[in-house]
Amino acid sequence: MTAISLETEGLSRHFGALTAVNRVDFKLAAGARHALIGPNGAGKTTFINLLTGVLMPTRGRVLLAGRDITARAQAERVKLGIARTFQINRLFRGLSALENVCISVAERVGAAPSMFYPAGRRADVIEESMHLLETLKLGDAARHRVSELPYGRQRLVELAIAIGLRPQVLLLDEPAAGVPSAETHIILDAIERLPEQIAVLIIEHDMDVVFRFARRVTVMVGGAVFAEGTPREIEANPQVRSVYLGQAAELAAHG
Amino acid sequence: MNVALAPADEPAAAARLAHPAARALIRRHYFRWWEALPWAAAIGFYFAFPAYLAFGTELLITVLFALSLDLALGYAGIITLGHAAFFGTGAYAVGLLAFHGVWTEPITSLVLAAMVAAAIGFASGLVLLRTRGLTLLMLTICTMALLQEAANMAHDYTGGFDGLPNLPIAPIFGAFAFNPLYDNTQYLYALAVLLISFLFVRTLVYSPFGQSLTGIRENLLRMHAVGAPVRRRLVICYTISAALAGVAGGLWAQTNAYVNLSALDLDRAATVLIILILGGYGRLYGAFVGAAAYLALEHFLARVYPTAWQLGLGLLLVAIALFAHNGILGIGAMLWRRYGRRRAAA
Amino acid sequence: MIENIDFADILLGGISAGTVLFIVSVGLSITMGLMGFVNLAHGAFAMFGGYVIVLAMNRAHIGFAASLALGFAVTAVLSAVLERLLYRRLYRAGELDQVLFTIGLIFIFIAATVIVVGPESQLLTLPPGLRGQLDLGFTHYRTYSVFLIVVGFLIVAGIWLAVERTRIGAQIRATVDNRRMAESLGINVDRLFTITFAFGSGMAAIGGGLGAEFLGLDPQYPLKYLVYFLIVVSVGGLGSVVGVYCAALLLGVLDFVLKLYVPKGGTMFIYVLTILLLLWRPQGLFGRKEP
Repeated sequence: MTAISLETEGLSRHFGALTAVNRVDFKLAAGARHALIGPNGAGKTTFINLLTGVLMPTRGRVLLAGRDITARAQAERVKLGIARTFQINRLFRGLSALENVCISVAERVGAAPSMFYPAGRRADVIEESMHLLETLKLGDAARHRVSELPYGRQRLVELAIAIGLRPQVLLLDEPAAGVPSAETHIILDAIERLPEQIAVLIIEHDMDVVFRFARRVTVMVGGAVFAEGTPREIEANPQVRSVYLGQAAELAAHG
Repeated sequence: MNVALAPADEPAAAARLAHPAARALIRRHYFRWWEALPWAAAIGFYFAFPAYLAFGTELLITVLFALSLDLALGYAGIITLGHAAFFGTGAYAVGLLAFHGVWTEPITSLVLAAMVAAAIGFASGLVLLRTRGLTLLMLTICTMALLQEAANMAHDYTGGFDGLPNLPIAPIFGAFAFNPLYDNTQYLYALAVLLISFLFVRTLVYSPFGQSLTGIRENLLRMHAVGAPVRRRLVICYTISAALAGVAGGLWAQTNAYVNLSALDLDRAATVLIILILGGYGRLYGAFVGAAAYLALEHFLARVYPTAWQLGLGLLLVAIALFAHNGILGIGAMLWRRYGRRRAAA
Repeated sequence: MIENIDFADILLGGISAGTVLFIVSVGLSITMGLMGFVNLAHGAFAMFGGYVIVLAMNRAHIGFAASLALGFAVTAVLSAVLERLLYRRLYRAGELDQVLFTIGLIFIFIAATVIVVGPESQLLTLPPGLRGQLDLGFTHYRTYSVFLIVVGFLIVAGIWLAVERTRIGAQIRATVDNRRMAESLGINVDRLFTITFAFGSGMAAIGGGLGAEFLGLDPQYPLKYLVYFLIVVSVGGLGSVVGVYCAALLLGVLDFVLKLYVPKGGTMFIYVLTILLLLWRPQGLFGRKEP
């Protein structure tokens, strides 16, 4: 029986009369490569926000390695081992790529609250951040302000910040979104090289990415789990095809 | 709990630390030669313009006040029009103690002023920093106005609108007395306090804590998402900022031997904000540049043509907001980068 | 303690003072709620319009109603021009830039007023019909104050109806709620901003002119009352006309009552109340809660 890293029980979130997430029971196994797909507005990002603590659920529970973290704030959950990337980059735009990652690493190792010695003396933080950047082929970009980097590389910095937290669970919200197609492979290579032990949940629209990367797929429609299985099973599922893949195929045909 | 990445080996680690980006970070806090310039200028001013030492003292105190605001605004991104609340708290702490004959030793009074201002900063920060935007701005203004009203109401102790004149300040170390006619002691005293305070702020800014403040300013949501206890950091920063503003206020009371309600005025809070932005916020030396530029201009223009000064200041602010919100140092940095690029291309 | 002051008189006095505050501030609330722009210079438009109205009456001997209309129109046009040329460029800018810009505008307006007109206060000469006292049955009260109260009520009712029932009102509500959605529905948000801003400033002008007796009319006006306008707007709730009305009346009555019974420290009570209220409800009494 594989260990479960992250799971939800009957998780729901209402916004007034609108039900964005509807009684979702979800399990993310340790070391998983799990994709979450669904039409726009299906509640996927809301679901991630519930998992990370950006939003509080109206009902239901979130459990991390068996522990109930439903009441915990976002920052606490990060300390417990959940990290995420955002659909639209949330970087420290005026700072260099290295500084961006250093902030994240410094937070993790507990250096951040220190007030009376220079950050430059924390060679461990700087070295680890450089190492991480190099692993993501961002070594030559380390010095540059992230606002000056091309979008694809910014997206990689976003990923680096999350990885720098050495999470147990990594939630990626459309990591290739907005990246020019010539650069997407960099991101996908990086995701593929993630350590085995990390459980990864990735929201994606691109079915090629899902097939390449995911071992399990959950389909979300209207805030509820519509189907779940391996990529092959999902692809073959006629209901899913009509609800989601059908739409995509139509778009592809006319687009 | 945390998953390890591939272990690093020694020579590779050293190579990474030698990378230009890493070296830049390691060296960020080193003192640069030009950092001595403002202090050399301050000392030179002492010898070159003995008749203007009162102005010089005012300038030094304003720099300290602007520096305190820079911590809150420039590094943590807390937009406040109420920072005079802490300046005034420090000023009145010193003033009340001295006027009523309770305590006149200057250095310990300053420490006390810092502590009282820090207490108010902590209490108000704890409560106010839950809000943001206009609500926060309003609350900072109201807190300051509240303190001003309280000082006004307690006029039996505070002298109300007229304030507390002729504050008795004991000589520093028992030897150096304040002479109201010759501001030598005041100037050097203020310079020393400014130097110590500046070194403190500089250390703070280059520390990991300071770096996290910059993170909060640059992207608040991301800081939450890397596990930073944001509110705690903001409250600490605000408290320290308040303490320094209190020191500035205490200095002001001591060197002028006078304190009144203007220490808590919206006008004062707005002016220090303008000064910091004029010089460039988030850049440590913006306070120096802004204060010098503003006070020099005001000294020469405002006395002679007050209305023209106000008009010019208004136009300047509009121009800064539209074109140059990084202030003088920001423009300087931009030119430096462009010059650097042109040199690299040539 | 002043005996024999009727409760009704106090109420009427406070409400009329509050009405002036409302008329000046309603534009600020709408534009801040709609555009999210911290316009500290709103009082400057009130002052500018007030001067136009008063000078039109005193020096050009234009009639009362005509002067009000003129003040409204001139201020609306001026603010529309400023909005198109300058304000527009700062909509995406940070709050700090907006604060700086509007403080700069305040200084410009003040200096310009001193240069063009002079530093003295301006007095509003009431038209004969509005002078004297009015018999209200339960008390006698200043005709002008009653007039103000009625006008204020008509304005809030009128604006509320316009926002709730007209198409442009619907557009405003939609844009306040979700700007991007409104744009994709084809609402010309840029033009909406300009129109609303002009209307709000025109209203401020009327408030500045009508309220010359209560708040005075001198070059320091925009700074003197800045905090009051901001209190009224933030306590009432950004974008809520009813909210601004209630907050302004509340403030007016409180101020009146406190000045009578607690002359020293009344203002402190108002600040404490504002702080407590904003801490309890940061969005104001009638404002929308940020998700």
